[in-house]
Amino acid sequence: MRLVLKNQHIKFNVVINTIRLNLFNSPLNTILTCVLFPLITYVVFNGVSWIFTEANWQGITNNKRLFLIGQYPQEESWRIQIVLIFLSYILGILASLNKPVFYKISIGISSAIFIIGLFPEEFMQIESTTRLWILSIGAGIPLGYFTRNRFHLNSGKIIILGSIGIILSYILLRGLKNSEVIPYVSTNEWGGLLLTFFLALIGILLSFPLGIFLALGRRSNLPFFKGISVLFIETIRAVPLVTLLFMTLIIVPLLLPEGWRLDRVGRAVAAITIFSGAYMAENIRGGLASVPNGQIEAAKSLGLNTFMSLYLIVLPQALRNVIPAIVGQFISLFKDTSLVVTIGLLDIVGIGKSVVLGNIDYINTQAEVYLFLAFVFWIFTFSMSYISKLIENTLGVGKR
Amino acid sequence: MTQTNLNRLDNENPIITFEDVHKWFGTFHVLKGINIKINKGEVVVVFGPSGSGKSTFIRTINRIEEHQKGNIIVDGIELTTDLKNIEAVRKEVGMVFQSFNLFPHLTVIENVSLAPQKVRKMTKLEATKISTDLLERVGISDQADKYPGQLSGGQQQRVAIARSLAMQPSIMLFDEPTSALDPEMIKEVLDVMKELASSGMTMIVVTHEMGFAREVADRLVMFDEGVIVESGTPDEIFNSPKNDRTKLFLSQIL
Repeated sequence: MRLVLKNQHIKFNVVINTIRLNLFNSPLNTILTCVLFPLITYVVFNGVSWIFTEANWQGITNNKRLFLIGQYPQEESWRIQIVLIFLSYILGILASLNKPVFYKISIGISSAIFIIGLFPEEFMQIESTTRLWILSIGAGIPLGYFTRNRFHLNSGKIIILGSIGIILSYILLRGLKNSEVIPYVSTNEWGGLLLTFFLALIGILLSFPLGIFLALGRRSNLPFFKGISVLFIETIRAVPLVTLLFMTLIIVPLLLPEGWRLDRVGRAVAAITIFSGAYMAENIRGGLASVPNGQIEAAKSLGLNTFMSLYLIVLPQALRNVIPAIVGQFISLFKDTSLVVTIGLLDIVGIGKSVVLGNIDYINTQAEVYLFLAFVFWIFTFSMSYISKLIENTLGVGKR
Repeated sequence: MTQTNLNRLDNENPIITFEDVHKWFGTFHVLKGINIKINKGEVVVVFGPSGSGKSTFIRTINRIEEHQKGNIIVDGIELTTDLKNIEAVRKEVGMVFQSFNLFPHLTVIENVSLAPQKVRKMTKLEATKISTDLLERVGISDQADKYPGQLSGGQQQRVAIARSLAMQPSIMLFDEPTSALDPEMIKEVLDVMKELASSGMTMIVVTHEMGFAREVADRLVMFDEGVIVESGTPDEIFNSPKNDRTKLFLSQIL
C-alpha cells in the first residue's frame, strides 16, 4: 500500500518536473505560458461548447442526402449502394494480397462500418434500412478477401477485374438511355460527396499512369516523345486549374468527333486528370532519376528487356522513393475537386454553398456548414496521409 | 614462345572473338583496336592501371557499352545493333559488378530467381529450386528471405554471383568484384570464384587480386591506354614480363 502511494507520489513529481522544464524554464516561456494557456483554454472551451450547444446543425442534418449524393434520384440510389459494395469488395481482394497496407486499411474501414452499422439505438437514431445499407458495404470486404484466397488471383487479373468493374460502375451510375431497369441519370444531377469521390477517384486512377508515361517520355532518348512530354508538362503546369476547367468546357467538344458528347462531369475529369498528371510526371521523374544506373545495367546483364527492367526493377524503386510527393499530389487533387463549382457542378462544397445561400432557413448556419465541410475534407486527407505513411513503412523493409 | 602458345589456343574454337574493336566516349578514345580470342573454359584475368579501358572492354562483351568500330562475336553471335542478337548474348553471359547492383526491393531469393522466370520462362517452382541450390553453392542459403540491405558486402557479392549463375550462362564476366569489399570479405568471394573456375566456366575477370590471378588464371591480359600491351600465362607475366609498362605496373602493385 505504501509502495503504491510512493509510486503515485513519484509520478506526480515527474509531471510537475516536466511542466517546469518545458513551460516555465525561462522568464519568456513563463510569460508565454501564462498568457497562452488561458487563451487556448478559453478558445477551445468556447469552441467545443458552441459546437454542442449553440450551433445549429439543421442545415446539414436536414440535407443529408444532398450532401451525400446531390440531386441523384432517391429511387435510383441502390445503384450507388452496389458500386460501394463493389469498391469494398476490391479492397477485400487487395487486402488478401499479403500487403499489410491494404490489410490495415480494410480492417480500419470495415471496423468503422460495423461500429456505425451496429451503433446502439439509444445514442444515435439510425433507420434500420440505413443500417442494412452500411453493413452490406462492410460485407464486401470479407467477401473479396475470400474470393482472392479461393481463386488465387494475381495482380494482373486484379487490375483487369478492377478496371472492368470501374467502367461497369460508371455505366451503372449513369444508367442507359431507353432502359427500364437503370434509367439514364444525367451526370449533371450527380453531386455532393458522390461527385467529389467520383472526380477524385477517377482523377487519381487516370493521372497516375498518365504521369508515369509523361515522366518516361521526358526521359526518353527519342526527340519526338521527349518534345511532346516536355511541351505537355510545361504548358499544363503554367496554367491554373480553374482555367483548365473552363478550357475543357470549350475545347473538348471541338476535339471530339461529331456526335460524340462528353458531359460536364467528363470534362471536369479530363481537366483534373491532365492537370494532376503533369505534376505527377515531375514527381515520378524525380523518382526515376533516383534509381542508380547500376540497377539498369544489372537488369540488362540478366537478359531482361527494356520493358521488363522498367516494370520489374526501375519503377518499383522509383515510385517507392517518391511516395510522399505522389500522395501529396493525390491530396491536393482531392481538395482541388471543389473547384468544379466554378463550372456549375455541385460537389460537396457546391452543395454546402447552395444550402447556405439557397434557403432562408439556413442562411445563418454558414459557420456550421463550412466547419462541417472542413471536417469532411480533413477526415479524408488525413486518412490519405496516414495510409501514405503506412506504405512507406512497409516498403522501407528493403532499404539500402 | 608466347606468341606460338597463344596461337595454338586461338586455333581452337573461340567463344569470344574481338577483331579490331574501337570505342570512343565522346572524343575520348577508350579502346584502340582490341584483338583477342578467348576459348571455352578459359579463365582470363584482365588488369592494368585505372582508365586503361579494362572495364569498358569487359562491358562491351554483353553490350552494356556499345563499340563503334570492329567486330565482337560471342558464342557465335555477332553483337550489332540488332536487339535479338543482344538479348541472345545476354542470356549466355553473366556479369558481376563492383558495386553488386542487387535489386534492393526484392529479397535474396527473389533477386536470384527473377531472371530465370522472366527470361528463361521457368515456373516459379523450378526457378526457386535452382536458386536455392545456387545459394547453397555460394554458402548463403540461410539468408534467402532477407533483403540485400541486410547483408554484408561479401554476402551481397555472393548473391550477385548466384543471381548471374541462375541464368545458366556459359560465360561469366567479373568487373572488379572484390574492389568494394573489406579485406576479410574478399576471400569468401574469391573462394566462390575459384570453385566456379574449377567447374570449367569461361571467366573474364577484371581484378587486381594477383594471388587469385596466379592461382586460377589460364591467361593474364595487361591493358594500358586502351590497348592490350601484353598477355600470357601467369608464369610468363609474373616471372618474365616483356613490356616495360607491365613491369612498372606489376612492381607497383606486387
